[in-house]
Amino acid sequence: RRGAIPLPAMESVDGAVRTLPSTGRLSRGLPFGRAHRRFGVSPSGRLLPPAPSCQESADPQKTAFLLRKHWTLYSVTPLYRFSDAQLKDYARLLSAFIAAEKQKGMAVEIGVELDIKVTVSSLPDLKGSDQDQAAILVQLSSRSSASPKNSEEKLLWLGWFCSVSGDDLSENVPEDFTCLPLFLANGAESYTSIVGSWFQKTFDCYFRRLAISPLNLSWMAAMWTGCKVDKTASAMELVFSVPCLPQPLDISYAIHPEDAKALWDTVQKTPGEITQEEVDVFMDCLYSHFHRHFKIHLSATKLVKVSTAVASVHCDGIIKFLQSQYLTGVLMLLTELAISQIQ
Amino acid sequence: MQRRQSSKTPKQPLQVHYKNQADLSAWRKGGIIHPEKSVQNDQSPNDQRNDSKQNSLEQALGYFEKVQDRVSLKDNVLQKHLTAVESIAIQRGLPPEGFDILLNVALSGKLADAVNTRLLKSLIPASVIPETSVVSSVSWLCVSKCSGNIQLLFLRWLITMFDFIDHKEKLYALYGFFFSFLQDEKMCPYVCHLLYLLTRKESVKPFRIRRLLDLQAKMGMQSHLQALLSLYKLFCPDLVTITLPGKMKAYFKSSEGPWKAAIIRLRRRNQENFPLSQPLFLGTARPQSRKRKWNTQLIIPASSTNKNNLEDNREKNCVLYSANECFPVEQLQTFSQLLQNIHHLEFPSQMGSVLTNPLLLHYMNCIKDESIYLRLYYWMGRTLQEECTWCVADNKQYEELFKDFLETVYNTECFLQEGFLSCEEFLYKSLPLWDGFCCRSQILRLLSWIPVSSFSEMKSHLYDPLAQLFFTSSLYFKCSVLESLKELLQNWLNWHVIHLDSEPDSQVHRLNTTLSGLVNAVAELIHFVGWISTVALRLESNPTFLLYFILNFYETVCDMYLRYNLPLLIMPPAGVFYPALLSMDSVSLNQLCYIMYRYRTNLVAAKENDLSKKKILQFKFSSHTYQEYNQYIIAMVGCLWTSSAFQKDIHPQGLRIDDELLKKTSVQEFKTSFNIVYHPAMMGHAVVFLQQVCPDDTTFNFSLIKGKKWNWYLEYLYAQGLKGLKVFIESSINRVSQGSHSKAGNVEV
Repeated sequence: RRGAIPLPAMESVDGAVRTLPSTGRLSRGLPFGRAHRRFGVSPSGRLLPPAPSCQESADPQKTAFLLRKHWTLYSVTPLYRFSDAQLKDYARLLSAFIAAEKQKGMAVEIGVELDIKVTVSSLPDLKGSDQDQAAILVQLSSRSSASPKNSEEKLLWLGWFCSVSGDDLSENVPEDFTCLPLFLANGAESYTSIVGSWFQKTFDCYFRRLAISPLNLSWMAAMWTGCKVDKTASAMELVFSVPCLPQPLDISYAIHPEDAKALWDTVQKTPGEITQEEVDVFMDCLYSHFHRHFKIHLSATKLVKVSTAVASVHCDGIIKFLQSQYLTGVLMLLTELAISQIQ
Repeated sequence: MQRRQSSKTPKQPLQVHYKNQADLSAWRKGGIIHPEKSVQNDQSPNDQRNDSKQNSLEQALGYFEKVQDRVSLKDNVLQKHLTAVESIAIQRGLPPEGFDILLNVALSGKLADAVNTRLLKSLIPASVIPETSVVSSVSWLCVSKCSGNIQLLFLRWLITMFDFIDHKEKLYALYGFFFSFLQDEKMCPYVCHLLYLLTRKESVKPFRIRRLLDLQAKMGMQSHLQALLSLYKLFCPDLVTITLPGKMKAYFKSSEGPWKAAIIRLRRRNQENFPLSQPLFLGTARPQSRKRKWNTQLIIPASSTNKNNLEDNREKNCVLYSANECFPVEQLQTFSQLLQNIHHLEFPSQMGSVLTNPLLLHYMNCIKDESIYLRLYYWMGRTLQEECTWCVADNKQYEELFKDFLETVYNTECFLQEGFLSCEEFLYKSLPLWDGFCCRSQILRLLSWIPVSSFSEMKSHLYDPLAQLFFTSSLYFKCSVLESLKELLQNWLNWHVIHLDSEPDSQVHRLNTTLSGLVNAVAELIHFVGWISTVALRLESNPTFLLYFILNFYETVCDMYLRYNLPLLIMPPAGVFYPALLSMDSVSLNQLCYIMYRYRTNLVAAKENDLSKKKILQFKFSSHTYQEYNQYIIAMVGCLWTSSAFQKDIHPQGLRIDDELLKKTSVQEFKTSFNIVYHPAMMGHAVVFLQQVCPDDTTFNFSLIKGKKWNWYLEYLYAQGLKGLKVFIESSINRVSQGSHSKAGNVEV
């Protein structure tokens, strides 16, 4: 077993590890002789995202702007000395920082009107539990220089931090830290890097791209198949990439959502709960069906993308939410993945 | 920063000088002459010359004090005094009281520019420059009697000599005057530099910022403005911000040109008092790693948090004490600054920056706050994972950077004398994937800071992957692993000793590591090393090099009871002991002798403690350890002294050989031919010894070494540096009657 195995990230070494091992949490104080929590504690199952009825309190209008956009996912370690009460100050400092970064070497006075307007606000609706920190939204928009009085502001970039049922992390960090382990960005990467750098510098946190492993993609495929969607739903699509070929070859596998749901209902034993075994059975059924028709073993390929009526997600860590009623449910799963990358 | 420091201790350099140097002012006043100096004065021609120089300087100063307008440049008197000033200034510097006079002349425009230039250039202090003279010259500057060139030269002089000014409070008060000179385009770069030296937090005002921003808008990107604005940003990050371009090398043109040689001399002389020529502390100017990712920076410059300032802003009226103000970490350059400001120092905004900042590590050692470790944990853990060159495929090209980073982490661990949890986790996660090659020495050294934990954990995460690599890698790798494991053992033992001393009960309890837990973990480590050493010796057929590293490990093991107060002693396995005993090399044999001697000392002490029922022996050494020691000692004494190893060795894996079999080897006198003379590791010494004792005998008759010569031979061996052999023989061999080795016996415990 020697020799470097090219793996995208360390987590994938142990494929089964995808939830946070919640035992024996962090080391406080001296590092010697602590009980360590270790990798390898694999969950036998997950609870399904809370049924839509639980979230009706949240106004879907308020989160509608998060839908149908491509979001790049990041995990963020807890923010040190972040305060909800200072969002306006943060916006001021961040906007000057962006201006200074864009014109390196020129100083910028803080507090004056700049070309790029920054708004930092809180999204109290995006929460899973009371312990969760309210989500924080960062908006960059450009002021049109022609008519400054005009409220014509063009949205340049959006990013938000959130934590939905991230108790496993937040329970174990001291007060000075704010847990918002999931960060989603939409817009030019250059803005993401400036905003990210500022947060890293200001709150001593660490941003890391959150890739989604094929195993977690199959979990999402199974979980979202079972979700009820009102409208006539589009097809469920799975995209597989064939490894070790001179040219990239992707196989797209589209399934009628009702067929997929029917299959899933025969697989799932306990409503409201999913086990790894059920996910495996579900995917194996799909694979064997495909093999019967095309004589291709999809199990030998890599699952790279899952699109359902609930959301569409790519293994590189890019997601598009499609249903506001399932938004928090999907975010809960993503929060879990982000936390497991942090710990 | 040096300027702060020198302003706080202005008297110190003065005193030092008055002791070391010819005391000009004392001489001038006539009476006060040190007794020892007058003794020296008696015959020294040097001092005679000094006296005449002093005279001419006196006269020159007197002349310049009263000089009238428009003296011709060619005036002989002027030339004479000018030359006198110049030569004395260059040789010994000018006394403090000279500055007032000469600055007044030079800046008043009385004399020609050529003279003024020469005067300014010779303004080199012997000790310090009085602040008052600088203040009065600033007033000359304001009335602009002198030409632009002289103004510039004066500013450059002021920048260069800034640290030699004895007080600075009045200069700080002139901040606004200097600031107004900014509008002069020629003076602007030098004024910026001067303001940079003078700026304190209270000097940063919104109107000044706006003025500088206007200047910047007018003149474009100018490095001197950038530097000053960066300093403003440092003091008031809530008022202004700037991102410096990475490539910049110098922010200010050097001003010291005309005084360079003199300044170097002065600095060398006053090294302790003026820690000059320190880099500017514009954090962003540090070379950044050219990385493709925005979110990974392996080396972070320390920069202050700006949250305080936010809070300050809101509670401005509540802040009564200026002591509340934080000392910016960017300015922390010396240990004495750390001591002076330790009560209002704050950790930088990114904890990762402490790694490259020893002063902050000192500070970290003093402050026990869990958030420090947690911040480091998150940052370091993520960085290690993200940058790991063998876990993340496309990182290969950044191996050098990663190496440097691991190196830094290791050095920090050594400095703090403790391992980082994130680093431990990283090792555990990445060792199974490691090829044993990439960043080898860094990884192996980091291993030595893994904290004690339960065996099952150590086994699956450390020992198993390490053993696989160990058995399949080169000899050099094996030795490196053994070296790391020795360090690991020593770190554990040191940790144990320290915590035993400080808080015997609470600490151990809090860390959830009981003494028995530690003893078990140490025992497992030693057994693991014993096992891999045995296998390695066989795989590599007993090379001395490998044996050296193995025995080094046991040098720590054999002394654990006495040196580290750990109630545990474990003998090396036979697979290590016998190869060392039968080694072809006297170095290994000597090392083994020393180790066995220390085992003996430890075991004897343990037994005594046991008899006197001391507390520590709630852990009792098993009789097995004593038994094993005794078996080894019999074999050793048989091998080195009594030539009876083949008969008396009772260890199951030992050297016992039937006489019948020995006879078949056709070695004559096999019964008496295995001791310190015939042992293959010693035979070389025996040959040389014989050559010295019996130069005529060429038959190499080793049997000659007996009786008195036996003792000479021992002395000879000791003199060859075989100290281990000496202490072993002296402690473990009971020589019944001196001079007769045949009756000697071994001493068992």
